[in-house]
Amino acid sequence: MSTGVAIVGAAESDLGSTGLSTLGLQTQAVTRALSDAGLTLADVDGIATTGVSRFSATQLADHFGIVPTWTDSTFAGGSAFEMFVARAAQAIRDGQASVVVISFASNQRSARTRRLGGVFEAWVPEAQFEEPYDPLYPASYYGMAAQAYLHRYGGTREQLAEVAVAAREWALLNPEAFRHDAGRITAADVVGAPMVSSPLTVADCCLVTDGGGAVVLTSLERARDLRRTPVEVLGYGERTTHTSFTTVPDLTVPGAAGSAADAYRRAGITAADVDVVEVYDSFTITAALSLEGLGFCGPGEALDLIADGRTRPGGALPLNTTGGGLSYCHPGQYGVLLLVEAVRQLRGDCGRRQVRGAEVAVAHGTGGILSTHATVVLGVAR
Amino acid sequence: MTWFTPGEVPPADEMTGEWWDATREHRLTVQTCGCGHRQHPPRAVCTGCGRTDALTLVEASGAATVDTYTVVHRAPRPDVATPYVVARVRLAEGPVLLTRLMAEPAIGDAVTVGWVDLPDGRALPVFTPARPDEETP
Repeated sequence: MSTGVAIVGAAESDLGSTGLSTLGLQTQAVTRALSDAGLTLADVDGIATTGVSRFSATQLADHFGIVPTWTDSTFAGGSAFEMFVARAAQAIRDGQASVVVISFASNQRSARTRRLGGVFEAWVPEAQFEEPYDPLYPASYYGMAAQAYLHRYGGTREQLAEVAVAAREWALLNPEAFRHDAGRITAADVVGAPMVSSPLTVADCCLVTDGGGAVVLTSLERARDLRRTPVEVLGYGERTTHTSFTTVPDLTVPGAAGSAADAYRRAGITAADVDVVEVYDSFTITAALSLEGLGFCGPGEALDLIADGRTRPGGALPLNTTGGGLSYCHPGQYGVLLLVEAVRQLRGDCGRRQVRGAEVAVAHGTGGILSTHATVVLGVAR
Repeated sequence: MTWFTPGEVPPADEMTGEWWDATREHRLTVQTCGCGHRQHPPRAVCTGCGRTDALTLVEASGAATVDTYTVVHRAPRPDVATPYVVARVRLAEGPVLLTRLMAEPAIGDAVTVGWVDLPDGRALPVFTPARPDEETP
């Protein structure tokens, strides 16, 4: 099935430690993605972005001198961009926009803006009932989820570390990856790294880098006249589960299961049809829980699924083929780069890290503290 | 109990004032609805039935079990000593609280409420290992 909407352009901004401004990086991402699509700013009438300012899409429209007929500034952490694909597809089908750019950029590494404790507005309940206990946000939530998961299913930290080990293997094949030249790592390296919030060490946690990306969407009909092979939006789904550390009864059960089920149903596929998987790996546990939610295995089976190098280059389940947030790039809200890589894999643009014959890809974003979950299924006829 | 010094805790509002007032007497309460639903933190609406007019605070036993925890090794603010234990504990009454524990527990351990007094007279509930006669069944 198809939604009748396609991604026709995709690009990264400069990544890593850039010394550039957020709007400068946004400009790189958007203009490069439009150039990839063979379109210009004059063609754009829809903007979806977040993390720019309080008025994110408004700010970006002003920056580019555009008066959009449709915008979306939904703040849903790293999953916002997969949600934007759904909204953009709906807007394009409904005729409210014809060419939508979804983008994000951050200079958090250069600007040193990341805070270990996160940001709690003084008027939310978490500021009264949670922040006084000094949890790291989001690391302590993921730490508690990992602790609960390993306890419940009897896994080891070394097994979970495979997420980071496999990510590094992919990064070695990606010249843009922050850790491209950093060499292989072992599970022992991961568990032996300095502890952040147990059982997660610094090597279980994503990078803190600058970076950004953009994708351009239009109708499939128009896409057929553009320069690149259209990548069809086949399905999407989302779940929003909580903001508090204490709302969810069981930290080992992520909302990803619902978002994926909806996306697969719209696309008319199952997990078995997916050739390449790009999931949010803010932490090793995030990716493990997402794989279960996405139906690649049952609850409690992710550590067996990823064993024996199955998600490494050449493995049966190619996962996070850039090197992921763990070894490639993590600008704070990483979800747009999941889409960029899924598109590139489906077009066959990925050089040494290309998954041969990839026809169906999943991009799955996670925001906050396993708070928001959004799945996009993309496909291409090769 | 003075084993950690909390940072500034924001003032209560009309939804949470009564809960915080109980902490001044070291009483732990749980918001309970006429429908039987229990929830934390206290709020203006019952997430079980949607009513806004049947919520009251009921005294909790103080007994809980460790749902999960993490040992934090990096300080989110300058004057907090590491490492320390942050945990989710499930009250015998049902709701889950975020809290501190004095030492690394095991998941499932029985714990009981204790208090860290705040400079403004309120107190933060923290949890310590339960004595055998206090263990929840």
